[in-house]
Amino acid sequence: MGIPGSGLAKGLAVTLRTMTKRTVTEQYPDVQPELPSRTRGVIGLFEENCTVCMLCARECPDWCIYIDSHKETVPPAAPGGRERSRNVLDRFAIDFSLCMYCGICIEVCPFDALFWSPEFEYAETDIHELTHERDKLREWMWTVPEPPPLDPGAEQPKEIAAAQKAADKLAAQQAKEAEEAAAAQQAESGQAGEAPQAKDAGEEA
Amino acid sequence: MSDTLAIVLRVLAVFVIFLVFPLVVGQTEHKVMAHMQGRLGPMYAGGFHGWAQLVADGVKFAQKEDIVPAGADRRIFQLAPAVALLPYLLVLIAIPVGPGNAVGQALDAGVFFVLAVMGVGVLGSLMAGWASANKFSLLGGLRTAAQLLAYELPMLLAAASVAMAAGTLSLPGILDAFQWWWVPWQIVGGLVFFTAGLAELQRPPFDMPVADSEIIFGAYTEYTGLRFALFLLAEYAGIVVLCALTAVLFLGGWHGPFGADGLGWLWMLLKTVVLAFGVIWLRVSYPRLREDQLQKLAWTCLIPLALAQIALTGVIKVVIS
Repeated sequence: MGIPGSGLAKGLAVTLRTMTKRTVTEQYPDVQPELPSRTRGVIGLFEENCTVCMLCARECPDWCIYIDSHKETVPPAAPGGRERSRNVLDRFAIDFSLCMYCGICIEVCPFDALFWSPEFEYAETDIHELTHERDKLREWMWTVPEPPPLDPGAEQPKEIAAAQKAADKLAAQQAKEAEEAAAAQQAESGQAGEAPQAKDAGEEA
Repeated sequence: MSDTLAIVLRVLAVFVIFLVFPLVVGQTEHKVMAHMQGRLGPMYAGGFHGWAQLVADGVKFAQKEDIVPAGADRRIFQLAPAVALLPYLLVLIAIPVGPGNAVGQALDAGVFFVLAVMGVGVLGSLMAGWASANKFSLLGGLRTAAQLLAYELPMLLAAASVAMAAGTLSLPGILDAFQWWWVPWQIVGGLVFFTAGLAELQRPPFDMPVADSEIIFGAYTEYTGLRFALFLLAEYAGIVVLCALTAVLFLGGWHGPFGADGLGWLWMLLKTVVLAFGVIWLRVSYPRLREDQLQKLAWTCLIPLALAQIALTGVIKVVIS
């Protein structure tokens, strides 16, 4: 404030400065947008990992996942063994007109069969066509980006942390054993060497 | 015969300028405004950065139905766009663009003619507002009238100051008498003239008569199609005329630091373009004034300033003569 009219000049300066800067307009159909790596565009199914455990369908808040399966018996791996039964996926479909992109199915999947993909261009003219079957969901897997690197100073992923812990424990145990062994050895040789020394001392005294 | 040809050529040149320049200003406004707001503006029409956007708009306007409301005063309603637009064409004839004979028609009472005819342009809005049989149009028309009354006076006074300094009412005469030190001498008058001109064109921040958030589009509410396009064209033609006039009266028109003989028209063009950019810039930067603020600015600020300018001009004129 102070000089009258300085506010007016400030206003002009703001617009002029904005004019010299880059615009923020996305030219979408011509230029694809740069999406962040965790974008929730569509859900991809890595069906090789799916065991038809149905956890995703049960946890889905709006019941938009449809799963059909049947059981097959697998002959025993070794002669004389027992026959095993296995679930085979018949149908896996997600109705994206119901899906609210909460991602609970992806969180809950214990076998890493569901993934977020940043793909978003799957609009349809009919709402029924938004129910996408397993082949389409499998195709979207190819658009899933590799997981982004961890933030600096972040916690390690669980798998690595667990493995690390086990390795550390093993290493600590081995070190302890080695130490104990070394101590025992030293104690043995020390007892052997200490007695004559004491004797010498006694003689001198 | 050659006289007739020369006249036809001159009129044709003025007409071409009249048709092209407002569109250029309009397109510049699209782009400058967009970039000042962090956008890109039109990008598709014509291929390269949307250069043909206004041509496309014109085609669109031409295709629209021309509607006259049932309760409207038909004749007046249909005549209003022409009344709004044509005065600016007439004014353009009298504006000199270069030294010597480079003017559509040199008039002895040029300043007088130009200001009088520009006042007529505002009458178009007034006719439109009255003839539309719509309360918002009428409100817009009355606001236009109030604005015309308030701002015509400072504009005239500021122009009178220049005429006093030059000792002539002729626009080429004023430019012939121009010295570089007239710019600081007449700067206050120039600012008053430009501001009052903006208000008379109903450009933001003085667009109370068309305030679209309050009275839809003021006097132009009922217009469609080509007639509406003519009103818009009148606004942009008005910008060209105002900027050219300000350049002639206060910035020395075709005078420049060098090359005044051959490149005079370029100096004139440069000054006009810079002023037109200023008009767009002001529109983007400032919010609309309230109706009472509008009147207050004219009567308590611009008119005293214009009078002070006249006094200053008179004193200095007496001192140097």
